[in-house]
Amino acid sequence: MIELTINNIKVKAEEGMTILDAAKSVGIKVPTLCHMKDLFPTGACRICVVEVDGMKGLVPSCAFPVSEGMKVDTNSPRVRRSRKTIVELLIENHPQDCLVCVRNKNCELQDLSERYSVREHRFSGEKKDHAIDISSASMERDPAKCILCGRCVRTCNEVQQVGAIDFTNRGFKTNVTTPYNKGLNVSDCILCGQCILVCPTAALREKSHGKEVQNAINDKKKFTVAQIAPAVRATLGEEYNLPLGTNVTGQLITGLRRLGFDKVFDTNFAADLTILEEATELIDRVTNGKTLPMFTSCCPGWVKYIEQNRPSLLKHVSSCKSPHEMEGAVLKTYYAKKMGLDPKDIYVVSIMPCTVKKFESSRPELSENHIKDVDAVLTTRELVRLFKMAGIDFNDIPESEFDNPLGESTGAAAIFGTSGGVMEAAVRTAYYKVTGEELENLELSDIRGMSGIKESSLDLKGTTVNVAVVNGIGNVDQILDEIEHGESKYHFIEVMACPGGCINGGGQPIHQKPEKLKKRVEALYTIDNKMKNRRSHENKSVQKLYDEFLEYPNSHKAHEILHTTYVDRKAILNS
Amino acid sequence: MAHSLVIDRISKNEGAIMHHKIFENYHSKDKSSLIALLQDVQEVYGYLPEKAIKDVAEFVGMPVSGVYGVATFYNQFRLTPLGKNIIRVCRGTACHVKNSANILTALENELGVKSGGTTRDKLFTLETVACIGACSIAPVINVNEDYFGRIAVKDIPKILQKYKSEAKLEKNTIEKINA
Repeated sequence: MIELTINNIKVKAEEGMTILDAAKSVGIKVPTLCHMKDLFPTGACRICVVEVDGMKGLVPSCAFPVSEGMKVDTNSPRVRRSRKTIVELLIENHPQDCLVCVRNKNCELQDLSERYSVREHRFSGEKKDHAIDISSASMERDPAKCILCGRCVRTCNEVQQVGAIDFTNRGFKTNVTTPYNKGLNVSDCILCGQCILVCPTAALREKSHGKEVQNAINDKKKFTVAQIAPAVRATLGEEYNLPLGTNVTGQLITGLRRLGFDKVFDTNFAADLTILEEATELIDRVTNGKTLPMFTSCCPGWVKYIEQNRPSLLKHVSSCKSPHEMEGAVLKTYYAKKMGLDPKDIYVVSIMPCTVKKFESSRPELSENHIKDVDAVLTTRELVRLFKMAGIDFNDIPESEFDNPLGESTGAAAIFGTSGGVMEAAVRTAYYKVTGEELENLELSDIRGMSGIKESSLDLKGTTVNVAVVNGIGNVDQILDEIEHGESKYHFIEVMACPGGCINGGGQPIHQKPEKLKKRVEALYTIDNKMKNRRSHENKSVQKLYDEFLEYPNSHKAHEILHTTYVDRKAILNS
Repeated sequence: MAHSLVIDRISKNEGAIMHHKIFENYHSKDKSSLIALLQDVQEVYGYLPEKAIKDVAEFVGMPVSGVYGVATFYNQFRLTPLGKNIIRVCRGTACHVKNSANILTALENELGVKSGGTTRDKLFTLETVACIGACSIAPVINVNEDYFGRIAVKDIPKILQKYKSEAKLEKNTIEKINA
């Protein structure tokens, strides 16, 4: 242990700790912009500078280690002046259109301006002049709002290891962009939106479907249906300052009805349906010696990644549509028929924690006769904006139940929203399908948690099945390399592009609270725990759907409605 | 000029055989060789073609965005092909005093490109240099290996015409040989 003083407070710190962390341990908050927990410091933005006794210049506290007897001042006049100047210079090179900005009141630059009492414009100079990139179906890039902190670049390169964007040019002309400044739609981007979650301003944001959804609700001819993804119910409360991990399912349903949706269904219903289809497909592949290992296909970011980078391995991806697309497809076939509705008049809105789902819903493979399975996708953040506009306050709103029949679900579906959840759900059903008995211990601790690659072996009464769970797209290449070299020992692999799974999706509330992932995951496991039915095959409404319409899992009809095909995007991008 | 001849020869099968030869001198998946590799590519093509940037990225094991970032960071790298003739306008102190700013503007107007640009017919690339080192004949421009000193705006069309005529002659000769 090292002893130092920060602002005349005696601090005990471990060797190698940064001044920033040591200060934090005694409740002194030093502002940061470029700093990212768990990544190597870059010290680029200089907003975290502090004064160290005996040192000539100010030092960046995020990149400076503590030493014995060190005397630090984080709030000297010189420090305050420097930080304020940095903020002023950043602001002067910024559009300053806060009042009409999507990140108004949730912007780190705005916060810093407030914190350092910037009350006048001391500088004025040339502004950056960059076009907004609206080329992709999911995201917008507005480089004029970029303050070049580099957090998106590091997330894309070091965390996700996609490397779609980087710093280009230099000096005043520096711009974070794709190669040749092309649109995101023709870049290596998989639209996961992790960059949006770390962007301090609105330089990166989702492409909003809010207006389209409002128009559909107001259109008397449209029968509007909302469906809620598993992970949204565990995070939306954060936007209303409810404690992290509050389950707001009941309020969400009420809120969506108040917005004017005709029906509110649960994507968890389709998650159970997905498990029946996917487990059946897996058993078929294993018993009939077909292509293995099989990958899950719920995550459209992952699907886009393999389409762009390893199209030769697409045969390993399950042909199942993702749950919300299944829900949409069932709504526009089975449900439409049952209710006497014209599929053209049904408008399906998915409430998703995800930005790629917007791209996914626009895929031509996911529509039938030009009728899309899902018409619009709203991220958690966009829905909250609609709620707030409609005066819907989660703090005092009654809870209500999903509509049926597409509202029933089991505990297995609830955990789809976290890394490892799809695998756990699939195992619960596959075990039953192969052995005819129910799995005793439902919770597979091996594949829970935040490790990049988790693995487990299951004994299905004589047949050993090796499974792996990939958490974060940056960890998948290793697995793909093994398959390419014919060395993979796995039968079934779950991949989620976002670290932690959908609970940390690119459409989720933006804040940097350290406990967020843990609490959100806990909320989903609690939902599972409290459910009477925790295995997808126990979902009565799903059973009924098969009896009345789809016949049996992987039937010809099920294939037509619930399965899809993939595209070699590497060829498209290179052409 | 040797330089432009190389470009003429290679542009026909750009991206194919040439950079494989370049790669022979380097270890793959070694990021530290990136800048040297880019320099070699530019030496061959006169600029960094998009396909070459992609191939270099794959060779060193970096995202294309990273290689593009490096290529745009350094002034020495060009992303557009050079013209057949390279015009350098001296913007050093002596030339500045002798009104080289007007010479540059006149050239930009005459060629229809800004400094750093290449004309659409790929005949001229216009550049500025800090000092050519021929202050005694300021203002001075240099085209390929020819120097033009003490010039005025009115001399510019005549200077350019020389290179236009040469190009025309060359084109006619090639056509004759091919016929």
